Amino acid sequence: MAKSNVFDLLGPIMVGPSSSHTAGAVRLGGMARKILGEEPVEGTIFLHGSFAKTGKGHGTDLALLAGLLGMLPDDERIPDAWKIAEERGLSVKYEVIDLGEVHPNTVKFDLKGKNGVHLQVIGSSIGGGTIVIGKINEYEVDIRGDYPTLVVLHQDLPGVVAQVTLLLATAQINIASMRVAREKKGAQALMILETDQTIDKAVLELLRKLPKIEQAMAIEPL
Amino acid sequence: MRAYEDWVIEAESKGKKLSEVILEDQMEELEQTEQTLFERMNNNLKVMRGSVEAGLSGKRRSVSGLVGGDAAKVEERRKKGNNLVGMEISGAIAKALAVAEVNACMGKIVAAPTAGSCGVLPAVLLTVEEVCQSSERDIILALFTAAGLGMVLTERASVSGAEGGCQAEIGSAAAMAAAAAVELAGGSPRQTADAAAIAMKSMLGLVCDPVGGLVEVPCVKRNATGATIALAAAEMALSGVKSAIPIDEVIDTMGRVGKQMPCALKETAQGGLAVTPTGRRIQADFL
Repeated sequence: MAKSNVFDLLGPIMVGPSSSHTAGAVRLGGMARKILGEEPVEGTIFLHGSFAKTGKGHGTDLALLAGLLGMLPDDERIPDAWKIAEERGLSVKYEVIDLGEVHPNTVKFDLKGKNGVHLQVIGSSIGGGTIVIGKINEYEVDIRGDYPTLVVLHQDLPGVVAQVTLLLATAQINIASMRVAREKKGAQALMILETDQTIDKAVLELLRKLPKIEQAMAIEPL
Repeated sequence: MRAYEDWVIEAESKGKKLSEVILEDQMEELEQTEQTLFERMNNNLKVMRGSVEAGLSGKRRSVSGLVGGDAAKVEERRKKGNNLVGMEISGAIAKALAVAEVNACMGKIVAAPTAGSCGVLPAVLLTVEEVCQSSERDIILALFTAAGLGMVLTERASVSGAEGGCQAEIGSAAAMAAAAAVELAGGSPRQTADAAAIAMKSMLGLVCDPVGGLVEVPCVKRNATGATIALAAAEMALSGVKSAIPIDEVIDTMGRVGKQMPCALKETAQGGLAVTPTGRRIQADFL
């Protein structure tokens, strides 16, 4: 058991009723929003397992939507998420899904952003409000929001990884961990880097201009 | 592994409050100043006060419609001076119901240690505050004592209903509240341990059997009864009553009982009250 501190025991400050089904759900929505990297305008929220079975009574549907709108777990407007989504021009629908052998509290988002970004994110609420993002599009990932995280979709070619790390080095951003995965040789690949410093907008813009980079997202820690 | 006993001995030998020892431990652990930790804990206290107030107004209802308005009923009877158990206990019952109702109705609370058990600690501490006219600083300190015990509970057992049943949630909350109440009422570090042990022992074996899987039935009312157990345990400890079994052994017992408990009785809504004819009917009507 990891060492806990006093604020793990008294806290989080949150809107009820459940740390996993409500507070964790808000954070999952928030993480999906950050990964999308722009204002979501359309989405489908697929509820799996316990999220599908007891989600309604725990306000999981509202909490996920509130997160997509950028609210935090202690935001008292969470119960009004539908109304706020309507005002902000975000249209969502809900579906029940069986995602197989995943955590019972799992959700899949299919999101479209205002500038046309379209992606899918799968994440789980694993207890006490802690979450983990397990999949972005077809890629298995493990993002917990502990560090600033850079997610880069790129072509699987020699030198692409090097130009990204060189740019980060130049910007004095230290890499804490790094993972590279690809669909198949020479096709689309995904790079996930956790860093010690925040990746600011300017660095992100430069990254996006690098050759063979299809998409780059900077996710701040939760 | 942490032991509550170690903190009791340290506090006794230094002539300090238990909360002061925990505060020092956390300043080192989190690398933060006393002032920062105090401010963070004060934020928790403010939210706790807010949820008591919001719940006592009794205006909200949960999504299922099963929860809401009960805290206001108890408070109304109490205010008329018409109560069976005295102003303090009836006040604690009303406050615990209030916070737990706010949680069920998607209002703002502090998980203490969980959302489902969030009513016990604020109800007990704010009741002791009324009785002892405690200072704000002492109440915040008492929250550190509660949280310190909670850390031991997490590390030696669990505070999750899915892992240890309701004894791990309301039971832990009652033990934390009992320890904090004793400190706030002027008891010794040793007496906080006795109170926590007595409260936890009274909750051993309690199952987590939420109807429809929701944090409503029986969770909300168990916050109120948990608060009264905490106050009874504190009263005993302050009078010099000792727990025959020491706190750390009681906590280990809670962890072991939790492991022995069948899954049907650990937050799965497949046993206990959840599968009664009425429990099933409520679930069917709502879901």
